[in-house]
Amino acid sequence: MELDSLYQEVILDHYKHPLNKSLSPTFTAQVHHINPSCGDEITLNVNIADGIVTNVSWDGVGCSISQASTSIASDLMTGKNLKEALKIVESFSDLMSSKGTMAGNEDILEDGVALAGVSKFPARIKCALLGWMAFKDAAIQSSKN
Amino acid sequence: MKPMFSPVEIRRDFPIFSKVMRGGNRLVYLDNGATSQKPRQVLDAERNFYEQNNAAVHRGAHLLAEEASIAYEGARQVLANFLNAELDEIIFTKSATESINALAYSFGNSASGSRFALKPGDRIVVSEIEHHANLIPWQQLAKRTGAELVWLSVDSEGRLDLNSLEELINPSTKIVAITHQSNVLGTIIPLKDIVARAHSVGAVVVLDACQSAPHFAIDVKALDIDFLAFSAHKALGPTGIGILWGRSEFLNSMEPFLTGGSMIESATMTEAKWAPSPKRFEAGVPNMAQAVGFAAAIDYLNELGMDNVAKHEQDLTAYALKKFLQLDKVEVIGPKNNIDRGSVISFTIEGIHPHDVGQVLDQYGVAVRTGHHCAWPLMRKLGLIGTTRASFYVYNDEADVDALIDSILEAQKYFKV
Repeated sequence: MELDSLYQEVILDHYKHPLNKSLSPTFTAQVHHINPSCGDEITLNVNIADGIVTNVSWDGVGCSISQASTSIASDLMTGKNLKEALKIVESFSDLMSSKGTMAGNEDILEDGVALAGVSKFPARIKCALLGWMAFKDAAIQSSKN
Repeated sequence: MKPMFSPVEIRRDFPIFSKVMRGGNRLVYLDNGATSQKPRQVLDAERNFYEQNNAAVHRGAHLLAEEASIAYEGARQVLANFLNAELDEIIFTKSATESINALAYSFGNSASGSRFALKPGDRIVVSEIEHHANLIPWQQLAKRTGAELVWLSVDSEGRLDLNSLEELINPSTKIVAITHQSNVLGTIIPLKDIVARAHSVGAVVVLDACQSAPHFAIDVKALDIDFLAFSAHKALGPTGIGILWGRSEFLNSMEPFLTGGSMIESATMTEAKWAPSPKRFEAGVPNMAQAVGFAAAIDYLNELGMDNVAKHEQDLTAYALKKFLQLDKVEVIGPKNNIDRGSVISFTIEGIHPHDVGQVLDQYGVAVRTGHHCAWPLMRKLGLIGTTRASFYVYNDEADVDALIDSILEAQKYFKV
């Protein structure tokens, strides 16, 4: 079924058991992002020290795609250096705008490639990007602070 | 009363129903609250205008200009008849949103001392169930003028709480702007009580009829309201056209929102005098083909009979509500009985986000709306992030409701809830 290309098992797993979904008490930047078309909201904290993302945590409400995607992003970014992390965000953005023509590089995106199917559903791309854009925003803010 | 129509038969007038949807399914279109589908009669009317009569209305000394003007003014007459209004009271706009903004800006442009001028201490009353289109323009007008915005609240059943009606609509109230039927809950509001109270304190009533005028007969004189807005695209008509209706004694003493060609009586380099309504509010070459298409849509609805349309939707809603109330882990958001209720059913499914519900339904050809439905304050009040909404119209039948229910069960299976 066409739906299975959207809702991979990995995504449903992350949705039911999201990673890092509990806001850290301290952070170097905190952002709140909203998807105005569907009302999804997340708050995301980052801790960046000496150019390394030491911790990403978040909380929020949203559909399976946005929740799973944020879970995947938060896990992936932790431990990366800032430059590398922003490159991964860019790689994920490219995958989302590929209209189903890219499978995604698993070495870079890890579980994130499970979201490749989202790019065939234009209405869901924003859901998938919510957490990644929040991270990017927080990371940039943190490096300015 | 005309004989009841058959939804399956009239579906043949709508080319879109021959489209094959995802999964090879037929189209089960239940997103009528957002926009309706268009019958061939409407498409033909627009095409015919462009092919046979196209010219700028009210200008030009040639045959086409004459024919275009006759077609456009004929459309105005069809709308006037539809609402039991006077011809000069029907103003074509591009949408209901524009209609409401036109009013809000017109009020805001009024000279001080006019009954429409607002100042600090004046009050605008709305309700908590408003669509953003009938909330944000008034919220912003209040900000611009220093007037106070207050609202009738909604109870847990999705009905307006009228206990505080007299306190809210007080003698300082200038405008009561309210939706006739909630686009989220389906609630039809107790308009009569609200109009009576508003008029007793000298306030005008602005009715957002987007969810009512396409679905049951409206008589502006009987409702005793002062202004009304609705759009063609939710009533089988084209996009890009809506109307603003107002009492002519008000319209002719109001300031325009848009200025330019067609809306003046006379003009010099430094001054202009406004034309009477409706021209005063129709600056520029209007959406002519769309107005003609709008009239064709109204003709189509009149042919079905608005009482039949209302009866059909009531019966279908009763059938759907019964089915919904039998579902496990599914909650109807809004009135659960069929009294003072339109054909909009919002619901939530435990454990599945509305966006995911909509996605699974789509796999079965079932088109619904998901999210906050441009009524974010209402969602916050109800403590919801969103709902899934099915909304019916003339071409829907019990088989469509069955397809909806079946696909909801599939969604529960898919997400293992």
